[in-house]
Amino acid sequence: MSGLKIKEKTIVVPGEILAAGMDYLPSFGTYREGDNIRAGRLGIAQVEGKVIKLIPVSGRYLPKRGDMIIGKIIDVSMSGWRVEINSPYSAMLMTKEATNEFIDKGANLTRIYNFDDYIVCGITNVSSQKLVDLTMRGPGLRKLRGGRIIEVNTHKVPRIIGKSGSMVGMIKHATGVNIIVGQNGLVWLNSEEPAMEVLAVETIRKIEAEAHIAGLTDRIKEFLEKKTGKKIELGSEQREERKDFERKEFENGNGESQ
Amino acid sequence: MIIDKRKFIDVLAKGIRFDGRKPDEFRKVKIEYGVTRSAEGSARVTLGETIVIAGVKMEVSKPYPDTPDQGGLMVGAELLPLASPEYESGPPGDWAVEVARVVDRGIRESHSIDVKKLLIRKAELAWTVIADMCVINDAGNILDAASIAVLAAMRDTKFPKLVGDVVDYKTITKEKLPIKETPVAVTVYKIGKELFVDPTNEEEGLADARLTITTIEDGTLCSLQKGGESPLSVDEIDKMIDIAVKHAKVLRKSL
Repeated sequence: MSGLKIKEKTIVVPGEILAAGMDYLPSFGTYREGDNIRAGRLGIAQVEGKVIKLIPVSGRYLPKRGDMIIGKIIDVSMSGWRVEINSPYSAMLMTKEATNEFIDKGANLTRIYNFDDYIVCGITNVSSQKLVDLTMRGPGLRKLRGGRIIEVNTHKVPRIIGKSGSMVGMIKHATGVNIIVGQNGLVWLNSEEPAMEVLAVETIRKIEAEAHIAGLTDRIKEFLEKKTGKKIELGSEQREERKDFERKEFENGNGESQ
Repeated sequence: MIIDKRKFIDVLAKGIRFDGRKPDEFRKVKIEYGVTRSAEGSARVTLGETIVIAGVKMEVSKPYPDTPDQGGLMVGAELLPLASPEYESGPPGDWAVEVARVVDRGIRESHSIDVKKLLIRKAELAWTVIADMCVINDAGNILDAASIAVLAAMRDTKFPKLVGDVVDYKTITKEKLPIKETPVAVTVYKIGKELFVDPTNEEEGLADARLTITTIEDGTLCSLQKGGESPLSVDEIDKMIDIAVKHAKVLRKSL
């Protein structure tokens, strides 16, 4: 009784047997127990050659090296800041990664980042013990001022960003709202036009709800055109340049795949 | 959602809120009657995502010595831990006591219930109206939702049958609880110099001050309850009362 036990791209629940025998190899989100490969979380199973992997549909954010995230300062210590990153693990931002400027020994670190400040930062390393290291050195990494932050399902983030930033680029273009999408499911929005900000939030919620239905980009385009009353041209200008941190992500194949 | 206080004030001045509503716009109100079987009267109020259930029990007891010709009224509030991450199980906290007090005062001081009609035998036996509310989900503006839920539950209440001096809760008579007025509480919040109603959780947390205003049909004030650290000027209170009277009228229609 060996071989695949499920059809490809079906939703599986934790503990479900995906394959029996040694013909397949467990990958992300799956594990081997005896002869069987089982699902480790709720998600969609994918078979690539001999490798079975699982794309989670729910659950908390798990930090990954190279991700650009939005975090909140929860502690200021002698050598850096502890950051809450909407994940089971908190992260550490060391002083030498905090700014490009020189920080005096014994300087008051709250002057740079204080409690409850929100920052856009990158993950430089995640150890096997899940100690997360952050950096503020990189393009687009900064402290956030004003605006609002909403929480979205972290597994829908690739859909919100779209292929090389096309989806979020379209929302930005149509509404004129400044948007930063963190891989950890926190989205920062800011605009001078509050009505447009409301529309941008509405659009993101729509993407989140309909992420699994085909033809998402066209539907969102139609939705935005109807709401703003302006025509959106899907051209090269929407495929705007993403920050280095995210681009690396897409090269690793974590972006939207259709 | 996490929002910046200064930005909230700026945006409010432009006449729009973070969820797209106008400053003086309520979320959708829905009232359902008779939602629990064990209470003599009950109602579930849905205000946007906020849900409050209120139930009324009728009991007989000896009237208080200082009011031998009157029945009694008791209002209690329970904030269930499932309603919000802020709430804990255990004895009622400050906020639960305040919610119950504000609702109680609105009903008591409007003289909505004809307490003399609750008397069975002078100085010996009278009905006591016990209204309890449970907050099922706290998405902001518990005060207004609770007040209207208790009022709706009371309007739904029918007396159980009295056999001798004992209540037979299994038989419900057709006689309704005598409610004369419709006291509706509307809480007006202040942030910076702006006034707004029906806050969400985030807005509630940012507001500087609030004033709960209970009015009856003809616009008579029954009770006021001020909260928050910031002071209110006479002008602001006047404005708040106007807003409250206006919204109470709309809310009354959904009863």
